[in-house]
Amino acid sequence: MIRRTFLASVATLVVVSCPAFAQDNLRIGVEGAYPPFSFKESDGTLSGFDIEIAIALCAEMQRDCELVEQEWDGMIPALKARKFDAIVASMSITEERKRQIDFSEKYYQTPARVVAKKDAGLEDTAEGLAGKRIGVQRGATHQCYAEKMFPDAEVVLYGTQEEVFRDLTLGRIDAQLSDSLIAQESFLGKDIGADYAFVGGDHLDVECYGEGVGIAVRKGDEELRDALSAAITAIREDGTYAEINGKYFPFDIYGGHSASN
Amino acid sequence: MENILSYIPLDISLIAENFDRFLYGVWTTLNLTVLALVFGGLLAIPMAIARASRHRVLSPLVWGYTYVLRGTPLLVQTYLIYYGLGQFEAVRQSWLWDPILSSAWWCALIAFTLNTSAYTAELLRGAIVDTPKGEVEAAIATGHSYGLRMRRIILPSAFRRAIPAYSNEVIFMLHGSVVASTITLQDILGVGRWLNGRYYLAYEGFITAAFLYFLIVFAITRVFRWIERRYLRHLTRRETTTATEMTPEPTR
Repeated sequence: MIRRTFLASVATLVVVSCPAFAQDNLRIGVEGAYPPFSFKESDGTLSGFDIEIAIALCAEMQRDCELVEQEWDGMIPALKARKFDAIVASMSITEERKRQIDFSEKYYQTPARVVAKKDAGLEDTAEGLAGKRIGVQRGATHQCYAEKMFPDAEVVLYGTQEEVFRDLTLGRIDAQLSDSLIAQESFLGKDIGADYAFVGGDHLDVECYGEGVGIAVRKGDEELRDALSAAITAIREDGTYAEINGKYFPFDIYGGHSASN
Repeated sequence: MENILSYIPLDISLIAENFDRFLYGVWTTLNLTVLALVFGGLLAIPMAIARASRHRVLSPLVWGYTYVLRGTPLLVQTYLIYYGLGQFEAVRQSWLWDPILSSAWWCALIAFTLNTSAYTAELLRGAIVDTPKGEVEAAIATGHSYGLRMRRIILPSAFRRAIPAYSNEVIFMLHGSVVASTITLQDILGVGRWLNGRYYLAYEGFITAAFLYFLIVFAITRVFRWIERRYLRHLTRRETTTATEMTPEPTR
């Protein structure tokens, strides 16, 4: 029967050729729906900060890489199920995740902020958002933070960040919580987000947001983890990172305080 | 106890802690499914009659409706209603937007209702068309008009004969209702995905959801077995009295 085929997170394969070295393909999980970090060009090819960093790291490590697209909320399960060996998808390094997987050193760190309609008169506090519908991406650190900090708000969960912005413009949610860079680059800075603005300031919380964004590997994969950490340091030093950073953001996103997805 | 639990590769305590959420998810799934079946069923009856008739306009019209709705996935239908309609300024300005189309629950209910109405209409049409000719002829001979014979003869027996197939439709609708979780609703699967997302788990949420769906399907099949035994008694196999009298059934 053709009915009701449930949207299984279909993983598409994209092969990226890097300077070859006779070693197994390194498969990297990416999201493809989190602009400007990870998105698809009109012709379907993957693009974005995360994608270019992943490719640069592969080049640095002299490994052949294969980018595997995976929906966000199935990312960690897919890593554990060996669908790929590492995740380069703006994943924050948090204690809860560290119980499941390992992380490289951070490769960037940006704060989270609340976005709402300009004249909404909301405040980014527990009282200010009480009774409001606040959208976050499911399985993101923002789900943890929103449920912890805005206990009286109704936290509405979405599969992708793009859907969160779309429902915000349709008025189905009153506010959304996400990475501030994401909000700026793929929403507020565009026509679609013209009537919207940040509410309040940066949100910091080590419990939910952790210590920056890293590359996830399976527990016990220390060799790969250390190789990735070393490669991050190397591309920071040789200017590759700055070059990629400059394509997407007007300032260095490596520093920052709190984090992202 | 601690020792036994450590062998089970599941975080049972997290499931237990959040079980009230799952119960709420059961409520959401059941109310969506039941309401869709009720409204879809009510829509399906006139459509099935029209489809079974030789009416030159209504019959092909209903055929087109069921063809389109059965030919496209429920997920796509739900997305079109939830995300598609919202793209039109005219829709957002109309009375339909608030409180109906802006709500995920209503969007899901509309999509599910339309979807199940198409399947149910086809299923009922089959049952209507299959009414034994003799019954219809007898009804005509005793002066029943079209409306009267539909109401007294054809529909009651068609409903009965449709029961086994309809029990499948009910289960399909229940399974199809997981689509609600893709448009932010906290149905059973929605809560399962919430749990996985909140604690970065791989399958605890899914297993709990699967278990709950299984229990509901179990209950549905029991209810239908009871209904079938009650209303389809005339169709069950029975030994003829003469046969039993003459050669007693060997004990099996």
